[in-house]
Amino acid sequence: MIVEDGLACDAVFFPTPEQYFDLVAALKSDGFEMCVDVCGVDYLEHAGRALPAGVAPTRFEVVVNLMSLSKKQRVRVRVQAGSEAPRVESLFALYPGAEAPEREAFDMFGILFDQHPDLTRILMPEDWEGHPLRKDYGMGHVPVQFKEAPGPR
Amino acid sequence: MSDDVRTAARPDRLTTETSEGAQELTRRVATPTDELGREVGAVLRLDGVTLDPRQVDYERRDDETTIINMGPAHPSTHGVLRLMLELDGEFVLRTKVVVGYLHTGMEKTAEALSYVQGATNVTRMDYLSPVINELNYSLAVEKLLGIEIPERATWIRMMMSELNRVSSHLVWMATNGMDLGSTSMMIYGLRDRELILAFFEKTAGLRLNLNYVRPGGVAADLPDGWEDDIEVICNTIEERSYEYDQLLTGQPIFRNRLVGVGAITAEEALALSLTGPLLRSTGVPWDLRRTMPYLAYDQVDFDVIVGTYGDNFDRYAIRLNEIRESIRIIRQCLERMPAGDYRSQDPKVTPPPRARIGESMEALIHHFKLFTEGFHVPAGEVYSAVESPRGEIGCYLVSDGGPKPYRLHVRTPSFVNLQAMPLLMRGASMSDAITMISTVDPVLGEVDR
Repeated sequence: MIVEDGLACDAVFFPTPEQYFDLVAALKSDGFEMCVDVCGVDYLEHAGRALPAGVAPTRFEVVVNLMSLSKKQRVRVRVQAGSEAPRVESLFALYPGAEAPEREAFDMFGILFDQHPDLTRILMPEDWEGHPLRKDYGMGHVPVQFKEAPGPR
Repeated sequence: MSDDVRTAARPDRLTTETSEGAQELTRRVATPTDELGREVGAVLRLDGVTLDPRQVDYERRDDETTIINMGPAHPSTHGVLRLMLELDGEFVLRTKVVVGYLHTGMEKTAEALSYVQGATNVTRMDYLSPVINELNYSLAVEKLLGIEIPERATWIRMMMSELNRVSSHLVWMATNGMDLGSTSMMIYGLRDRELILAFFEKTAGLRLNLNYVRPGGVAADLPDGWEDDIEVICNTIEERSYEYDQLLTGQPIFRNRLVGVGAITAEEALALSLTGPLLRSTGVPWDLRRTMPYLAYDQVDFDVIVGTYGDNFDRYAIRLNEIRESIRIIRQCLERMPAGDYRSQDPKVTPPPRARIGESMEALIHHFKLFTEGFHVPAGEVYSAVESPRGEIGCYLVSDGGPKPYRLHVRTPSFVNLQAMPLLMRGASMSDAITMISTVDPVLGEVDR
């Protein structure tokens, strides 16, 4: 599923999780030498986003931006990773540079990447609970107390 | 699908209070082969070159090596970077980078700030090149909005980002000199950066974290007499760049520490998604200002500096020469700065002029709405990228049509470039580790965000 996109990108692909790895492998052999970025998006509060016909939206999406240095082109791959237990194949075997961004997506969204060599948290502390960039994860706040607060010295 | 993927279940007990558990470098016997390969820096696993068993020394026993911890408070790790090194005597066998000590959840914060406020957030990511962060964010927002920026705003943005590139490279020269024991270089570098920061203060009101480039243009026009200031900055720094050349380039100790140390090839750099001076040092002429021009970079004359050997010295030479190229661009901006507006006159993103607010109720309401609710951005996704002093900084922005970003992801070059550490370190001596960190030039603010 390919959609032309004028916004700093030449084409957007919407593979299923099963097609995902093979599609990226095909793109790599097609001259897209560099995996610029891998990131996750949680569409919990924006489920009605515009997707081409035939693509079933899921809560989590993995977005991969690839770049071809020889052709000076960029493409984007958006894979619907699932809603309950998001899980896709890791791109590490194709692009070793996807290792840290995938770890970040795992840390922030809990998206599992199969065949990733070292899928651990990267930004959050090891004993942290939850995945902070999920939309149902609270923002956190500092309680402000006006009445009993100590006055100025 | 295999079941050996680790889940994020909370570990029952970490060995010590500060332990990072599986994020740390573990003993050899406890490390899977894949991870071991990663930690010794084996990258070229496809294209015929599989993981070479001789590179991963399975036979070595744990009691022959030492795992030491460097950072996160080590003075030469440029912030709170923590490296765990497995050493054989003085030589590095495995390296693992542990990051996250400066993580403040800026991507989460961005979802709670309006598009107007967003620039103040992103400017704090890479604190050495704030203008380029803001520029990257603003370009992404403007692409979704589909608004045109006046020509003067474009040229001001270009000049300010080049000034910022010079100041960032000067800090790099300073810290790199410091890491190699040249404290005079440190003082000179920071002294020269002060010129640029003073100009930033004059223009934007702040020295760092300017919030100067905003969606729709820039915050203020250039101050009166800016031409003279720029003239002085360009002349001084260009002249001094030749002094630093004399001070460092031929210096035998400096050369011994850099030449031939930490060499990588172009294939390795591409596989690890490295960008910026790290990629260009391997001879790949890839600079987004030239290859995928944004702003008005296709109208100015400058050279893309590339290296040959991909070693530490090439990375030093590239940064030194990029200072000169940036000054070339700034001079052209000075000559060709067009007249006109410094921000878009589209009332959707730009508040009415101050004088109108006093006399018009509608203007007051407009101003109030813009700074409380903010402007709505059409739903969609966009990725925009610019060349920061450290490489490609990209912004993936998802909008749901509201006044706040639905998701803002920043692809920060330092975060990705740090993946080169195991490869650079392999086989190097412990003292070279310092120069490796230095020439990768990570800014921990943007690594951890």
